[in-house]
Amino acid sequence: MNRPVAAGNTRRIRIAGLAALVAVALIFPFVASPFGNSWVRIADMALLYIMLALGLNIVVGFAGLLDLGYIAFYAIGAYTAGMFASPQVASVIESFVNTYPAIGHFLIWLCGPEIAQNGIHLSLWMIVPLAALLAGIFGVVLGAPTLRLRGDYLAIVTLGFGEITRIFMNNLNGPVNITNGPQGIDRIDPIRIFGLSLAGEPGSGSTVHLLGMSMPSVNAYYFLFLAQCALIIFISLRLQNSRLGRAWVALREDETAAGAMGINTRNVKLLAFAMGATFGGVAGSMFGAFQGFVSPESFTLTESIAILAMVVLGGIGHIPGVVLGGALLATLPELLRHVVEPIQLELFGKVWIDAEVLRQLLYGLALILVMLARPAGLWPSSRPENRPQAALNQEAADETRA
Amino acid sequence: MDILLQQIINGLVLGSMYALIALGYTMVYGVLDLINFAHGAILMIGAMAAVTILRLLNELAPGLPGGLQLGIAIVGAVPVCVAVNVLVERVAYRRLRGSSRLAPLITAIGVSIFLQTLAMMIWGRNPIPFPQLLPSAPVEVGGALITPTQILLLALALAAMASLAVVIEKTRLGRAMRATAENPRVAGLMGVSTDRVIVATFAIGAALAAIAGVMWAANYSGAHFAMGFLPGLKAFSAAVLGGIGNIYGAMLGGILLGLIESLGAGYIGDVTGGFLGSNYQDIFAFIVLVGVLMLRPSGIMGERVADRA
Amino acid sequence: MTTESEARAASQGNVDGIPLLKVSGASKHFGGLQALSDVGLEIQPGQIYGLIGPNGAGKTTLFNVITGLYRPDAGLFELRGVPYAPSAPHRVAKAGIARTFQNIRLFGDMTALENVMVGRHVRTSQGVFGAVFKHRAARAEEAAICDRAQELLEFAGIGHLAGRTARHLSYGDQRRLEIARALATDPLLLALDEPAAGMNATEKLGLRELLLRIRDDGRTLLLIEHDVKLVMGLCDRITVLDYGKVIAEGAPAAVQKDPAVIAAYLGADH
Repeated sequence: MNRPVAAGNTRRIRIAGLAALVAVALIFPFVASPFGNSWVRIADMALLYIMLALGLNIVVGFAGLLDLGYIAFYAIGAYTAGMFASPQVASVIESFVNTYPAIGHFLIWLCGPEIAQNGIHLSLWMIVPLAALLAGIFGVVLGAPTLRLRGDYLAIVTLGFGEITRIFMNNLNGPVNITNGPQGIDRIDPIRIFGLSLAGEPGSGSTVHLLGMSMPSVNAYYFLFLAQCALIIFISLRLQNSRLGRAWVALREDETAAGAMGINTRNVKLLAFAMGATFGGVAGSMFGAFQGFVSPESFTLTESIAILAMVVLGGIGHIPGVVLGGALLATLPELLRHVVEPIQLELFGKVWIDAEVLRQLLYGLALILVMLARPAGLWPSSRPENRPQAALNQEAADETRA
Repeated sequence: MDILLQQIINGLVLGSMYALIALGYTMVYGVLDLINFAHGAILMIGAMAAVTILRLLNELAPGLPGGLQLGIAIVGAVPVCVAVNVLVERVAYRRLRGSSRLAPLITAIGVSIFLQTLAMMIWGRNPIPFPQLLPSAPVEVGGALITPTQILLLALALAAMASLAVVIEKTRLGRAMRATAENPRVAGLMGVSTDRVIVATFAIGAALAAIAGVMWAANYSGAHFAMGFLPGLKAFSAAVLGGIGNIYGAMLGGILLGLIESLGAGYIGDVTGGFLGSNYQDIFAFIVLVGVLMLRPSGIMGERVADRA
Repeated sequence: MTTESEARAASQGNVDGIPLLKVSGASKHFGGLQALSDVGLEIQPGQIYGLIGPNGAGKTTLFNVITGLYRPDAGLFELRGVPYAPSAPHRVAKAGIARTFQNIRLFGDMTALENVMVGRHVRTSQGVFGAVFKHRAARAEEAAICDRAQELLEFAGIGHLAGRTARHLSYGDQRRLEIARALATDPLLLALDEPAAGMNATEKLGLRELLLRIRDDGRTLLLIEHDVKLVMGLCDRITVLDYGKVIAEGAPAAVQKDPAVIAAYLGADH
């Protein structure tokens, strides 16, 4: 009779913990914004990173496929916002008119003078599904050729795809200008929800008025991103505890046995790629609209590795762990910037290690130390099947025994 | 000027550097089944060490002939790279031997980032100019141009690869390496010290990367903390192209990839009617990599059939 | 004289005599090695069919070809008279052949129950939508999967171990779990690769009892086994392979006396 009571207690403690966490998350911007918008802005970026980490976790954590080019989907989402919620399409058409007049005039005829003049400005309700769809399609397209590859090759090939995506974004400004190349796309529309601009109306000084309250723009974005994060966490949890989630874990633990049990390993892998990519695409479109500007340099390999480090540090496959990892690695360098740099200035009169360097060191060390000392991450799952590392080590042990 | 011949010479120069780097990947993969992602960083360390050595030389013994300076820089960079690579193996990889494939790969990525950041802290984040130590006037060969640095580079690469072949084929160490690559457990039972073979493999790979790194910096007149990343990745593609685990495959794959890149970049504009230009040079290696892995995962000279997916 | 198995086949409605599994002309080579040449076999519904032979005779190769793990060079494969292409393991599982592995391949970090639940994958259908929205049909399917998995664990005699992590089960229980997981795919044919390997005498007795119960449940079994005593006592018919060829086929008693079989075993093992 003891155990159910204990289980009830743990459950109660968990619910209380979760409630506290939600409360803190909701109150945070009101507490932080008096100290300046930069803190809330850091939190906004952290939320975007958490979304990315959760997306990558589906691919790496659930299905066991090491994807080193994940940032490409973030880029595709961001460029979706850049193309379809900014004047960019107008410049693309203009560039076609100048280089290939026939195609250019066809495009003008196709889109009409309005778009040729001002570009396409889709609303949030169109951009998010479109970004998710495009990223998902890219996930499948990039995933398909890699399916037969063994884990470590897959990692390198996905890395290659990530780089190719960036190279194209960097170079598709000639002979016809599509992406603006290294300059990137600016003047991306801020997000509007039911007519409410999250950037604040012009002349309001980036203040958003909602339900009689007014808050800085970064706070409005914070709540939007928080809601999206919650939604992605919810979807991840539901997926994990489903027929599909079990198929992913089976695939990760023993692909041959999974196939023999009737799991179509190719489709299930592609689905993992597509789901992960979708989350990345959504986060990317938010990033584009939030910044108002996207350029290829936001989507380097370093960023892919940063997201991997978040997943690995928190606990591969364990959703709360991944959220923790994302929160830590996204905010810690920023916190250190505000602490370590002033201390160094105080002590040495100059900054020896700046925040950017510190960030890199943290990512590198997180990957090394976690793998060496705590392969299941800082916050591992209590259920072993949500901890791929144990399985991976076991696989090697089996090989040694055979 | 003969453009085709020029592109071939450029390709050979590039390819011989890829080959030197690819050897490090392929040897480590042979004995450990590990993609040593940090190998590109070792190449960068070699170039950076050479930069520091040259600065010291300028202070301690100014006015040495350029060729001698370059020689000292290479001879000095080799032990630095060997030490770093052996240390990396000892600290980061050895404990994960026998664990999954992904754990050491993730660690290797971490090591790569760590080494790059360390280099950025030591040598700064801006590109460092590498002095022109050999005469800069190019020599004309059948209508194409080649610089003395490039001639030296080709000669060094050839010499290094030939010595490696001798080591692998003729020495006890080489036999032990081949045995370990074939089957580490059996080799261990037969009295081969697996640890020593692995350390030797990392050391040799680092030495070759050091030569490639210094010559890369000399050829492109500059060094940078991130300079090792792309060559490393491409050299890995070259190793896969040649057949990973096979040293002759790595040599062949490196040269081939150099030629593919150089000719590809030279002619992509003509082929695509000007739509894609030479700024797409970097994608060829990836296309080769993906193509090889999909069509013939064992590479040109590889005997291993692709493992289970 | 009608044999026991023919009587059983008749009672299960197989009056028209269509074999459950028919393989003919199966060939497979690896490099220069002809692992299988022109192998054929016919398994009637309700039989326990044995596949034996000296080491390296091609038993596991044939097994892997039948279950889609290896692609055959040639051969015709029919399940209940319907041709099937053993081109991918998951298709073969869907067609109705489930297998176990010689060196047990469970999903080690999942619980026993979850292992069997994975086996239900091929007979269920909920996708992303169902997982996320958990609508009524999805909940019902999930509950059915769970119930069926528990039922199969009970059937295999390890119902009390449902919540245990698979890798922490004893060897014999892991074998039972693997069989339960295979049964979860609702197979017409259950193919077992050396199910008794590494078992002690008591465990073998238990296994024998389990296999008979599976057969009595209306399923057909194909097994590779080294333990000649177990095979002779359990199987209705046997095919003997040597060097990738069928050297004998028939009832256990007849096969045991076949001079070719005796020669193959003596020649290979002694």
